[in-house]
Amino acid sequence: MKLNTDNHIITIEHLSHAFGGKTVLEDINLTIRKGEFVTILGPSGCGKTTLIRLIAGFLKASEGKISIAGEDMTQTPPHLRPVNTVFQKYALFPHLNVFNNIAFGLQLKKLPQDEIKKKVMQVLKIVTMTDYEERDVDTLSGGQQQRVAIARAIVNEPKVLLLDEPLAALDLKMRKDMQLEIKAMQKKLGISFLYVTHDQEEALTLSDTIVVMSEGVIQQTGTPTEIYNEPSNSFVADFIGESNILNGIMIRDNLVEFAGHQVECVDKGFEPNEPVDVVLRPEDIYIFEMSDAAQFSGLVTSSIFKGVHYEMMVTTPEGYEIIIQDYHCFEAGRTVGLRIKPFDIHVMKKERHCNAFEGSIWDSSHVRFLGHNFKCNDDHGFAAGTKVKVQVDFNNVILQDNEEDGMLGGVVSFILYKGNHYHLTVLTPENEHLFVDSHDIWDDGDQIGISISPESIRIEKL
Amino acid sequence: MTRKTIAASYLGFLLIMLYAPIVIIIVFSFTEARVLGNWTGFSLKLYASLFQGGVTHSLTGALWNTLIIGLTAAFVSTVLGTMAAIGIFNLQPRAQKAIKLLNAIPILNPDIITAISLFLLFISIGISQGYTTVILAHITFCTPYVVLSVLPRLYQMNINLYEAALDLGATPLVALWKILLPELKPGMISGFILAFTLSIDDFVVTLFTIGNEGLETISTYIYADARKGGLTPELRPLSAMIFVTVLLLLVIINVRTAKKINYKTI
Repeated sequence: MKLNTDNHIITIEHLSHAFGGKTVLEDINLTIRKGEFVTILGPSGCGKTTLIRLIAGFLKASEGKISIAGEDMTQTPPHLRPVNTVFQKYALFPHLNVFNNIAFGLQLKKLPQDEIKKKVMQVLKIVTMTDYEERDVDTLSGGQQQRVAIARAIVNEPKVLLLDEPLAALDLKMRKDMQLEIKAMQKKLGISFLYVTHDQEEALTLSDTIVVMSEGVIQQTGTPTEIYNEPSNSFVADFIGESNILNGIMIRDNLVEFAGHQVECVDKGFEPNEPVDVVLRPEDIYIFEMSDAAQFSGLVTSSIFKGVHYEMMVTTPEGYEIIIQDYHCFEAGRTVGLRIKPFDIHVMKKERHCNAFEGSIWDSSHVRFLGHNFKCNDDHGFAAGTKVKVQVDFNNVILQDNEEDGMLGGVVSFILYKGNHYHLTVLTPENEHLFVDSHDIWDDGDQIGISISPESIRIEKL
Repeated sequence: MTRKTIAASYLGFLLIMLYAPIVIIIVFSFTEARVLGNWTGFSLKLYASLFQGGVTHSLTGALWNTLIIGLTAAFVSTVLGTMAAIGIFNLQPRAQKAIKLLNAIPILNPDIITAISLFLLFISIGISQGYTTVILAHITFCTPYVVLSVLPRLYQMNINLYEAALDLGATPLVALWKILLPELKPGMISGFILAFTLSIDDFVVTLFTIGNEGLETISTYIYADARKGGLTPELRPLSAMIFVTVLLLLVIINVRTAKKINYKTI
């Protein structure tokens, strides 16, 4: 055990951070091993940049502990931490040339001139920028500036290199080249890299370990293959690569029902008939002329050539849309058979089966939750003021186009397509999440009205 | 075509009206006549006597006072204004807006109000009027201008620069000195020049804070001289020189900003 923790270069325990009362990071626990390439992956606003800024020391944590190289550094100012940062917009010093930018940290350490020169030349070689040392940084291209920024950081031999979306400002081709270079550089230097990105492909390419974050919470930590093949929840499955995510029921071990069919799978350990989420990767589904081998039949509704493969949308007679990628083309209008091998089916435990809130009884026919008094059936039998648990099924929440038409307003914050309906996450004015199944098409960020009918509200004693 | 001619001659007329007084002063600084308007042939005698002292000794004294007050006030207000700008930049957006409004009030405030309030302030706290009060007063009205010329540099700056310096091992003070100040230098220089020209140009505030111990600046000297009846002829070359100096400073500021803009478009 001792040996194991010695191997950890960064340990983050119960780290939380809030800006002006709004929580951006919640109870983050993370360890980074020596020489490990860790990527924090998540959509914008998920708290990943806040996390890296906390590690660099630009922000002070509201709660929790950050240890670097075995020392508690939660309160240590940035200039005393053994980490260096590569910023998204390079942040090279405009009034210094390439050499002096890179030498900045070494000069502060008061190293002898000839040693500084030797070290700077060495890192310029690593980032393939020899002969550029006299250049003004403004005369360099974006990719070159990024190389200088990396050189400026690694010349100080940090224990961990922090990279905050370093390639976001580069064009696609340049980005791909730099990805490979960064990976090779990390192998050569042997130091830990903590890399922040919103690009899932970048994360899969570079990392030893990926940390998927959403809304300030770590959703899953694992190797790229684990994250891709065994996403732990529907957010991860949807965010990493393309996927079909369908509601299913685990009939018994090794047998799952979804899209109206019972299919063999390799997952076990669920309750009999437990509702689950089923993930099917588009490239894992076999598509062929309708035959006896088919588990599902379906009609191709669209077929698009994507370069390497065709992407086809197939609608089953039960009304489920499934996206399939295959090297063979089946034109729109054809009837096809589909088959999925048991180990290509990934079954996930559902995070929740219905909306559950804490509320209190207002009067005999009203219950208060989400900051609003909802009309409810008057047979609940609780006295006014009693704390209760309120449950509402996903499909019993009614959404309206106009915010004013609803009992309360909300903003659509996350949309998940479940084959035949959308599963929406709606943010209420009190920053609570409400989950809604809807057949209508909504957009991310839509302002909507929310209504719940009295008979859909279930009240239980807390 | 006629439209163009009319437009051009209108513009020409306006420019003549604007610059005629200055041109006349400059032209008549190169002649000896005691009375303005008499041309007695080209001569540099007025320029010579301006620098020889003697009769006009008090005028050169006033010139030195003006320069010393201007340079001191410009220097101090550049330091204060830069610090204030950095502070404002790091405030929350709402507080930032409020402080920027507060900063704009002294600029919009009529000079005479500033002058009287400073006069009353100095009397009420009992500072004897002289060099100190004039310099303090000039710092007061120059500082907001420095803030205004430094702030845009801060907004243009990559916000990660300061953090990058800390990240590379600089203490906050070293990061300020080695990274932040070099970045702000162009704004600080513009602010300094602006403050200096405002200071040598000022009359109202100076008059109210200079006291009656015989301290004179160019503007108060000219005022006193004019009231005695008749302007000293040496004022003509002096005005010409001040005008040329200010013009040069203005050109420098403009060329600097133009350079910055060119640079951006490249």
